[in-house]
Amino acid sequence: MATSGITRSATVSETAVFEFLLRQGDNALVLGHRLSEWCGVGPALEEDIALANTALDLIGQAKMWLESAVGEIDDSRSANDLAYLRDAWDFRNLLLVEVPNGDFGQTLLREFFFDAFQLPWLNALSQSSNQRIADIAAKAFKEASYHLERSAETVIALGDGTEQSHQRMSRALDYLWPYTGEMFVDDAIDTHIESVGIAPLPSSMRQAWNQTVDSVLSQAQLARPQSTFAHSGGRTGFRHTEHLGHLLAQMQVLQRSYPGATW
Amino acid sequence: MYAQLVKSEASAEDPIRLAEFQARIDRGEKIEPKDWMPAGYRKTLIRQIGQHAHSEIVGQLPEGNWITRAPTLERKANLLAKVQDEAGHGLYLYCAAETLGVSRDELFEMLHNGKMKYSSIFNYPTLTWADMGAVGWLVDGAAIMNQVPLQRTSYGPYARAMVRICKEESFHQRQGYHLLLHMMKGSEAQQRMCQDALNRMWFPALMMFGPSDKDSVHSAQSMAWKIKMNTNDELRQKFVDETVRQAEFLGLQIPDDALRWNESTGHYDFSEPDWDEFHDVISGNGPCNHERLEARKSAWNDGAWVREARMAHAMKNSERRLAAAE
Repeated sequence: MATSGITRSATVSETAVFEFLLRQGDNALVLGHRLSEWCGVGPALEEDIALANTALDLIGQAKMWLESAVGEIDDSRSANDLAYLRDAWDFRNLLLVEVPNGDFGQTLLREFFFDAFQLPWLNALSQSSNQRIADIAAKAFKEASYHLERSAETVIALGDGTEQSHQRMSRALDYLWPYTGEMFVDDAIDTHIESVGIAPLPSSMRQAWNQTVDSVLSQAQLARPQSTFAHSGGRTGFRHTEHLGHLLAQMQVLQRSYPGATW
Repeated sequence: MYAQLVKSEASAEDPIRLAEFQARIDRGEKIEPKDWMPAGYRKTLIRQIGQHAHSEIVGQLPEGNWITRAPTLERKANLLAKVQDEAGHGLYLYCAAETLGVSRDELFEMLHNGKMKYSSIFNYPTLTWADMGAVGWLVDGAAIMNQVPLQRTSYGPYARAMVRICKEESFHQRQGYHLLLHMMKGSEAQQRMCQDALNRMWFPALMMFGPSDKDSVHSAQSMAWKIKMNTNDELRQKFVDETVRQAEFLGLQIPDDALRWNESTGHYDFSEPDWDEFHDVISGNGPCNHERLEARKSAWNDGAWVREARMAHAMKNSERRLAAAE
């Protein structure tokens, strides 16, 4: 199959918008997929509904981003082809969103870290020089506000709740923390995108994210880890975790098993 | 039909009050939570609404089985939305049951310890993507047959829940049907999946209406109370009459050699489901009874720490507010 990544001959400026859109779309797709794994087995009926609702928003966002990405390439691929026919190395999502769900607390803490980035990020993108990107971001921003409200409130409740819940949240924090730094690493694509006014540099979101995270962790009685170590390789596609391949094997099974069929 | 074999209770109460109650129902009045009602009416409704609610939440599982494998972004979103609707139906129905004096936790407890049942249909597996179409078309289709008349049931909160649920169920049914319609225009393998789904689900769908009227022991009292609006066989016949034509349009073969149009009755004749299989399934020996119940029990047990933590946090918050006010 064709690859979607940067080819050796292409320059950054030629592929930057496509890559940028894949990064947005793949984050939403992979996280939406992870949340959908909770279907029917959440800790309470209200949580089942909220998890499905968030997953649904994210899959909707993924569709919009990937449809835009398709407009940037001159082959006949559709948004569904991008979702269902790329291999792991062509995915451009953060490692944070592809690691397994763990327990409910870990799932919501991961959601919170992502939401705390997305809210200022989408807000900035809604001012993008690219109108299509601005429109998608404006729509997604409304959803992200609700997602952040819920994930922050849940992290606070579970961190503060019982001794057991506090321990579980501390463990989840230790596990997830090294995956948060990748959100703020700028590369050549980000620099180009910033130079043409499509989006700010991801690193410029750090302060807003820190503020949200510090406030919520403190209300949750959780100590912010001191480590600044960050795993990376997801946004560039250089080195995903082992988990993404399994996720894709499941997600793509029908499209891969019945080539050319429509559903 | 999400409620099967609901045992109805006669009431040994003041005959005058019983007669007045029956007269209200006969006049088409709605019974509301604070109204006097016979203990048997209350008990029967709790069983029926509880079973219906359980069916909604257990019903998330066979479809949830395919959410992570849905073949397009649109199908994934549709299926997620459908399953989310079902959880929402569960929520309304547990709330309706709560108005009768039973808590959601108590109903869960009875589901988990086997004292309450859910519809037999959810004890069958979903084996291919076509099952997502067949579940919408047949299972939601059968549920609608039962639930449309229940919009006129005598208990107010149940009737009102049904109005909203029916709207969503008919959307699900159309969605399922269109999924199959699309696949039937596809490859041989896709067509085979559709026929295979119908072969496996036809008789289990017919079982959803419960045993034949001649063996249905609980109907008379429930019908007098307008908790049950039609007999099992009436609803089953109506379902067959509508579904046969839909199957023909899809190009699918109903797996019943005895199925034929009967000019004199104006209905289709069809074979009865295997009632031994039905009794096996409701007594715990269906293909997925073990998996379904275990999935619900472990979700509940694994989630206990979350529910406890939320309670503890709420308590701490109110203590903090009190302390701050002093």
